[in-house]
Amino acid sequence: MTHEQKNILSVRDMGREEIDKLLCSAAAFDRGNYTGHELDGKLLAVLFFEPSTRTRMSFSSAMMRLGGKILNLGSVEATSITKGETLSDTIRVISGYCDAIVLRHPKEGAARLAGEVASVPVINGGDGAGQHPSQTLLDLFTIRESMPIENIDVGLQGDLRYGRTVHSLAFALSKYNNIRLHTIAPDGLNFPKFIKEDLQDVGVELIVHDHIEDALPELDVLYVTRLQRERFPDPVAFANYASTYRITPELLELAKPSMIVLHPLPRVDEIDPAVDDLPCAKYFEQAHNGVPIRMAMLNEVIN
Amino acid sequence: MVRTSSDGIVISPIKNGTVIDHITPGEGLTVLRILGIRDGTHVTVIVASNVTSSRGGRKDMVKIENREILKDEVDKIALVAPDATISIIRNFKVSDKKPVEVPQRIVGVIKCPNPNCITNTKEPVQSKFVVHPRGFRCQYCDSLISSEMDIGDYI
Ligand SMILES: [Zn+2]
Repeated sequence: MTHEQKNILSVRDMGREEIDKLLCSAAAFDRGNYTGHELDGKLLAVLFFEPSTRTRMSFSSAMMRLGGKILNLGSVEATSITKGETLSDTIRVISGYCDAIVLRHPKEGAARLAGEVASVPVINGGDGAGQHPSQTLLDLFTIRESMPIENIDVGLQGDLRYGRTVHSLAFALSKYNNIRLHTIAPDGLNFPKFIKEDLQDVGVELIVHDHIEDALPELDVLYVTRLQRERFPDPVAFANYASTYRITPELLELAKPSMIVLHPLPRVDEIDPAVDDLPCAKYFEQAHNGVPIRMAMLNEVIN
Repeated sequence: MVRTSSDGIVISPIKNGTVIDHITPGEGLTVLRILGIRDGTHVTVIVASNVTSSRGGRKDMVKIENREILKDEVDKIALVAPDATISIIRNFKVSDKKPVEVPQRIVGVIKCPNPNCITNTKEPVQSKFVVHPRGFRCQYCDSLISSEMDIGDYI
């Protein structure tokens, strides 16, 4: 089988040039540099086998802003999937209806399989606990809007064990020069060993901190991830962690004035809402950046 | 026609079949499992485990009567016993030696350890692993079967 089409399946597959090209094109879209006819007459199939309102809506918004149209799968219950059809067959059939597919699926590797069988480009909209490249690209884009991605210290805080966004962000950052990653995580929720080893293989400097206070003064970016209560052995451990690591305006006094705070939303208690009005709070901008980055991805694979 | 190995274990030669020697110690039974030889299979098999190797150290050895193993079986054995030597025996003589080497890409042989991997569903897809400095990596979900894990569990 030969596949000439471009897929965007994992940031791990992408080279630095490819990422930078998408970020530049997202920046142009963000400034309004587009006609709205770039994808005239094109159809995007949005196949979500698990709910994710924001990812679905931001892809739809991006497609429509470029003049394209959307085919929605509808509810999974109403489709042939419940009749036992395989994902491979679904993808082969739907390939014939559209110019590109965005797939969200609960199984890891689903997007790669879809990329093998589809006759149109496939964009991974998140597969299980696997890859979610549009999230990583919008994280990078948000950093790049505030500072060059080079020679910076990035703090990764929260659930680093199960948090897929933070794994792929770490890999993406590893493609840039002179990045130091600082991890701040509760016991048992730091990077898994294989992720640490993979990062070391690509030459990333990893610095482990027990207390966020130690890391804060060094950081240019603080990337906070959501903590899931069920990852903690008992409610006391969770409450203890949540209060120790909660980002507050007082805590941020330790940080450089230029440091930015990111969070791939939704948040629970990790960031005090009092932080929202501070200039360092970039997490809502980060969420808005989902549209220009997805415009760049769609334009890249379809055009 | 009885040969005595260096530490005194008697291992009879076979007339026709396959001799797999220099198996990583402890992996002899895994090799049998890979070949589908288990309870109830009517094949004459001799297994020697943790015997002294002529190269020094310990090894396992398996002799299977009246069966010549195939290329894809050799590739699977390579994953658990990369130093094994495989000889095809015809009329008590070594008639062929099959080189054992770990392929760079392993298709349809290893089961991905990630239960949530798309290859562990009813999709018509074969598992694909590539050799990685620390083990084998699933091409679909990126899971790593590290060298510290027992790869025999996933074959
Ligand atoms: Zn896998």
